[in-house]
Amino acid sequence: MSGAGIVSKAVEGLKSGLLEVQEYVRLCLAALRGAVSRPFYAHDLVEQLEVIGLGSLTVVLLTGFFTGAVLALQSGMTLDQFGARPFVGRLISASMIKELGPVLTALMLAGRVGSGIAAELGSMVVTDQVSALRALGTDPVRKLVVPRVLAGFIMCPILTVVANGVGLLGGWIIAVSQLRVASSVYWQSVVDGLFLEDVWMGILKPFFLGFIIVSIGCHVGLRTRGGTQGVGRATTSAVVAASVTVLVVDFFVTRLLISILF
Amino acid sequence: MRRASLADIGLPVELIEPHAPVVLFDKVCLAFDDKVILRNVTFDVRAGHTKIFLGASGAGKSTILKLMLGLLKPDSGTIWVLGHRVDEMNEVELMGVRHHMGMVFQEGALFDSFSVGENVGYKLYEETRQPLQEVRERVEEVLGFVGLGEHIDKMPSDLSGGQRRRVAIARAMAAKPTLLLYDEPTTGLDPMTSLTVDAEIIKLRDIESVTSVLVTHQLRDAFYIATHQARRDGGDIQIAQADSTKIAEADFVMIRDGEVSFEGSADELRSSPDPYLQAFLS
Repeated sequence: MSGAGIVSKAVEGLKSGLLEVQEYVRLCLAALRGAVSRPFYAHDLVEQLEVIGLGSLTVVLLTGFFTGAVLALQSGMTLDQFGARPFVGRLISASMIKELGPVLTALMLAGRVGSGIAAELGSMVVTDQVSALRALGTDPVRKLVVPRVLAGFIMCPILTVVANGVGLLGGWIIAVSQLRVASSVYWQSVVDGLFLEDVWMGILKPFFLGFIIVSIGCHVGLRTRGGTQGVGRATTSAVVAASVTVLVVDFFVTRLLISILF
Repeated sequence: MRRASLADIGLPVELIEPHAPVVLFDKVCLAFDDKVILRNVTFDVRAGHTKIFLGASGAGKSTILKLMLGLLKPDSGTIWVLGHRVDEMNEVELMGVRHHMGMVFQEGALFDSFSVGENVGYKLYEETRQPLQEVRERVEEVLGFVGLGEHIDKMPSDLSGGQRRRVAIARAMAAKPTLLLYDEPTTGLDPMTSLTVDAEIIKLRDIESVTSVLVTHQLRDAFYIATHQARRDGGDIQIAQADSTKIAEADFVMIRDGEVSFEGSADELRSSPDPYLQAFLS
C-alpha cells in the first residue's frame, strides 16, 4: 500500500472512531435525560435489576471467593519470608476492597452482562424490532437503554460488596485451614488494614464501572449492522471495549478519588 | 396521475375531509453516501384509498415507508403525513404522529420475549393509560379479527410464518390507526397463506376504513388487494370482487432505480406500453 493510501486509511479510521465516541456520548446524554423525565418504564427497570443483579450473582460469588482464597495462598507464602503471616488479612482486605473486588466484578459483568445486552439489542436491531418499537410510538432509548443503564449503575456496587465479602471469606478459610492463622487474628487484621477512605473508594468506583459496562453494551448493540454475523461482531466488540474501558476508567477514577479522599 | 408539486393539493390536510390526502411526498430525494436511493419522488395517498408500491428488490420501496414513519429523514423534499410535516419533526414530535399510524414490517418484527397478546396490545399497555381489562378486550377483538383468538398466550416462536404476519397486522391495527403501512406482508408465504393475509388487509381497509400503503413485489397479491373488497354479510365478512368505485381507489406506483416510473390504476398498469412494466408484469 502506498503512503497516501495508509494516510487515507488512518484518516478514515480516526473519523470513524470519533463518530463512535460522538454517538456514544449522545446515547449517554439521551439515557441521562430519559432517567429523569417521563415516560419511565419502571417494570423494565425491575426486570433488568433481576437479570443483571441476581443473574450475575453466581459468577460474582465464585470470582470473589476464589480470588480471596488464592490471594491468601500467594500472600501467605510471601509474608512468611518476613515472619508476617498474621498480617494476611490486612493484605487481602486492602487488595480486595480497594481494587480487585471492583475491577474483577466489573470484568465479570462486562463478559456476562455487556455481551448479553449487545447480543439482545443487536438481534432486535437486525430483526427490525427496534424500528417496530419506534413505529409503535416508543423511544428505544427510554425503553431499552435507560432501564439497563440504571440497573447496571445500581447493581454493580451491590455485587462488588458481595464479591468483597465472599473474597474475605475465601481468604479466611485459607488463612485458618492452610496458613494456621487464628480466626480472630485474621479478622482483626482485616479491620486494621482498612481505612474509611478505602471503603469509600471500593464503593464509589463500581458506580462508574457499572455505568460504563452497560452503556457500552447498549451503544454497540444499537449500532449493530449486517444480520446475525453483525450480532456476533457486536457481542465481541462490546466485551472487548467494555473490558478495556473498565481498566482505563478504573485508573483515572482511582487517581481522582485518591486526590479527593486522601 | 403524478403531480408536479404540492401546490396542486393544498395544505394543511383536514383529516375529516373524505378522500383528503393523508400522505404527501414532494420531490423527495435520499442517498446513502454515494448511492442514490430515491430521486424526486412525488405522490399522494388519499384517505381510505390504497397505494401499492411495486418494484424490484432494492428499488427503494421500503425506504418510502420508513420516510413516512419518520424512521429516516430525506436529504431534500417535503413529506406530509396526517397533516404534519414529518421531515422537519424531531423524535418526540414524531411519536404523536406515529400514534395514528401502524406498520407491518417484513417478517413481522414481533417482540420475541412477549406473548402474542402482549405483542398485539403493546402500544395500548405501554403508551396509553387504558385500563388493563379494556386493553385485554381490544387484544382479543383484533386477534379474533385476524382469526388467531386462540393463540393469545402463545409465544411468536410457536407460530407459523403466516400466523406471525397476521399477528403483526393485529398489532398494527390494535390502536385503531388512521394509516397502515405494509412492508412486503406476503413475501415468503405460500399462496394460500398469502391470500389469508391479503384478506386481512382488505378487511381492515374496507371494514375499519384504514388508509393502506402497501409495498410488495408479489403482483398476484397486489392485484388481489386492488380488485377485491370486503363486505359485511350479517355477522360475517365476505371478500368479493370490488366494484368500479373501489377499484378506482387503489393506485399502483412503480419505483424504478429510486424514481417513480409509473403511477395509475390496475387497468392503466396492465395496459401500459412501457417495456419495463411489461417485463415486470409478465
